[in-house]
Amino acid sequence: MFAYLVRRLFLMFVTLFGISIVIFFLLRIVPGNIVDILFAAAGYVDPADKANLEKELGIDRPLIVQYWHWISGFLRGDFGFSYVSEKPALQEILPRIPITARLAGLALLFSASIGIPLGVISAVKQGTKLDYALRVVSLSGLSLPSFWLGLLILTASVAMFGQMPIFNPNPQTWLEAFATYAVPAAAVGFRSAALTMRITRSSMLEVLRQDYIRTARAKGASEAAVNYHHALKNAILPVITVIGIEAAFLIGGLIVTETVFNIPGVARFLVEAIRWRDYPIVQNLVMLIAVVVVFANFTVDMLYAVFDPRIRYTD
Amino acid sequence: MADTSDLVLDVRNLKTVFFTNSGLFKAVDDLSFNVRRGETLAIVGESGCGKSVTALSLMRLVPDPPGRIVGGSVTLEGTELLSLDEAQMRAVRGNRISMIFQEPMTSLNPVMRIGDQIVEAVRLHRSITAKEAHDIAIEMLRLVRIPEPARRAREYPHQLSGGMRQRAMIAMALACRPALLIADEPTTALDVTIQAQILALILDLQKELGTGLVLITHDLGVVAQTAQRVIVMYAGRKVEEASVEALFASPMHPYTRGLMASIPAVPASGVPAQARLNEIPGTVPSLVGLPRGCAFAPRCKLAIKRCEAEYPPLADWGGGHLAACWRAEDVAEVA
Repeated sequence: MFAYLVRRLFLMFVTLFGISIVIFFLLRIVPGNIVDILFAAAGYVDPADKANLEKELGIDRPLIVQYWHWISGFLRGDFGFSYVSEKPALQEILPRIPITARLAGLALLFSASIGIPLGVISAVKQGTKLDYALRVVSLSGLSLPSFWLGLLILTASVAMFGQMPIFNPNPQTWLEAFATYAVPAAAVGFRSAALTMRITRSSMLEVLRQDYIRTARAKGASEAAVNYHHALKNAILPVITVIGIEAAFLIGGLIVTETVFNIPGVARFLVEAIRWRDYPIVQNLVMLIAVVVVFANFTVDMLYAVFDPRIRYTD
Repeated sequence: MADTSDLVLDVRNLKTVFFTNSGLFKAVDDLSFNVRRGETLAIVGESGCGKSVTALSLMRLVPDPPGRIVGGSVTLEGTELLSLDEAQMRAVRGNRISMIFQEPMTSLNPVMRIGDQIVEAVRLHRSITAKEAHDIAIEMLRLVRIPEPARRAREYPHQLSGGMRQRAMIAMALACRPALLIADEPTTALDVTIQAQILALILDLQKELGTGLVLITHDLGVVAQTAQRVIVMYAGRKVEEASVEALFASPMHPYTRGLMASIPAVPASGVPAQARLNEIPGTVPSLVGLPRGCAFAPRCKLAIKRCEAEYPPLADWGGGHLAACWRAEDVAEVA
């Protein structure tokens, strides 16, 4: 187990190294840099001024040097300075992380706490009207893009209540905090919930046919015990995989949702930073997201062993 | 009719049907039998003859849809099971009537410890603490002769061999000391050497606990070793019933005789082995649209016109030896 963990951590390190190269060079391939953008706005271009500014920002140096400068700084926790605000990049990024983390966490909580029970119900009631209704709802969840759903929610709340939910940066109570995050989290979590439901359903249908389910019934176990205790325990693995993947994909969904709901989280911030070619922000932020995704995958793999005793990580 | 006071199970005119796309079929048709305390009743027949559906019907675990018990009565220790509601039936399952299945590899929950699965069976029916239930579980594992029961109780099914798993299944089924145990092909999936051990174990425990046993099998060798009485089923019906001695001495239904002829015999030394095993020609008929007459007639060497026209009644040919065949008296001569 220890050797497995060491090997696994080494592989994660290699993966992240590969990602860092991709991030860095993809960003350089995108035409224009911050200096081009600033000077284009000014209208007049003095090549000497431009060169000075590029030199000051360090983007005139060879790419390999720039890469080394960035990645060594990242490893030391020195994220450099934002080109746009000229404040330390870390200071810009850190306060936004909890906002997005809460949003993502709540969205995942929604998707698991709604998707899994509905999936179980749908499987147990296979072929009934309830099953069909739930499947139609889940299909709509998969088909509605979260930004469109977000806009729909905003429009509906204006039409019905005459106002729309506004982001409250300093919620005083738990309830206020929940109210602030619940609507956007629901908008972005709806898709995940729908996906979770479908995976839970198909996985449950598979498990409910197994011999040990009949054994559980033969013992005298109640339907609830059979479905949630015996069946769901066996059906949960694919669901965990999907929720793990969803956790990573959520970042993409959040970019639009944060924009639609005007929430100052990292996802929206990232899009703005890309627009300004704010290399220190984009590079470091994407790298942080990559770290989160890689660790989410690792957690999912470890959870496999927790939920299924047949899976053991040996050397 | 014999004394009924020690009857554990009394099944009368049981009828279980399946509704399928190709029509309704009677998986169990008008089946009656009983089991006494401590007695072993074997139900034999080919695949698809309704043995397993009979077992599931007794447990009321026939998957509905497509199946349903549509008639008859199943009385367990004086209680009519077919009129119980689902909650009452749950209190009976695993408690007064238990079942072990054919596939020990897949019949245990792979993500639950062996001990916990037995504990669950006990706690569903006894209001005792987790600790007490755990002690019972270990005791049961010891009873089914699993070495180091305390350690095995903490293991998962995949860590046990097939024979061990079947022992664990037996421990689970007997944990509440049921009045009736149904064993549906309990040794079919096991190695021959293990089969004998498991059968011996079931019989020992049956004797020890006084449990009535319904042993479902297609193996007449197993029947000869274990049962006191035998029911032969064909196409959902009972075609013959007799004590095991009477059945092996003089089978009265051509189907039973065919089954017996299919048992490979060990050739005596010096005698060349039989080139080909005896078989019953044809297969069990589709249960949809059975012939009006005897369902076995199309495969029967003795069939006469009457067999195709009329279903033969189950008649007593002396000493409680029942057979449903128009030509029962001629069967012995032909063989």
